[in-house]
Amino acid sequence: MPLLTLYDQLTTYLVIAALLFGMGVYGLITRQTLIGMLIAAELLLAGASINFMAFNRFTAPDPALGQIFTLFIMAIAAAEAAIGLSIVIAFYRHLKSIETADAAHLKG
Amino acid sequence: MMKTLFSPDGLVGLLFLFNLIVTLVGGIVACTAERLVRAVIGLVICFVGVAGIYYFLNSPFIAMMHILIYIGAVAVAISFAIMLAAPEEKMRLGPTNPISGPIGLITVLLLISGLVSLALKTEWTSVKKINDGSVRTIGIQLLTNHSMVFELISIVLLLAILGALVIARGGRED
Repeated sequence: MPLLTLYDQLTTYLVIAALLFGMGVYGLITRQTLIGMLIAAELLLAGASINFMAFNRFTAPDPALGQIFTLFIMAIAAAEAAIGLSIVIAFYRHLKSIETADAAHLKG
Repeated sequence: MMKTLFSPDGLVGLLFLFNLIVTLVGGIVACTAERLVRAVIGLVICFVGVAGIYYFLNSPFIAMMHILIYIGAVAVAISFAIMLAAPEEKMRLGPTNPISGPIGLITVLLLISGLVSLALKTEWTSVKKINDGSVRTIGIQLLTNHSMVFELISIVLLLAILGALVIARGGRED
């Protein structure tokens, strides 16, 4: 059965990563709240990490490099989530809302 | 080579398919759920699946780190932010912009079809591995070849923690 050997092909992982990336972009476009957009951004980063790990496993000569890159992506994602969530909390304290439509103070 | 369902390899393949379904269902819940709490739960389910995919990609260490950082820290921080910042009556998303759904769907379908056709049409070649990619190798490389990035990322994390505290504290009445 070809379905049962999917885990041994690079293409499978690239397709999963593309699907996760697409879900992240969809969430970023359609979400109305800041926290929902942060969740979608995490999906985007997960898709990018899967791509790095897949190429690391199947094509790269140095199999440690992709893992190190994925670790760095995780650290950056943690920093991004901490800063983003603190901005959301500060925003909520000022406006009692977390909707993106209310963030219009700099609108001309 | 044909593989039957009840051989060890076949069971591994079945486990991978289950893992795939968990990841995709979690991702769909995370980007479409109406309530933010459900979106966070979908994100956690999706991350468990992603950690399983890392395990299938010969890297149990990254799988553990993924569970530790994303589920243990990021998802918990997001749920704290929902509890602190999402007012009860606005836990549901407001009336969505009627054109944002179709536009988002079209954009995403174009993006996914482009990426998938690129992945399917390219001839990927593999080269000989120069090391085993074990945790020991990762540690040696982190402290030799990539030591500069390693130090910089620790400074970035420190600044992010301090910046998060400063931003979240400003504007408090007391």
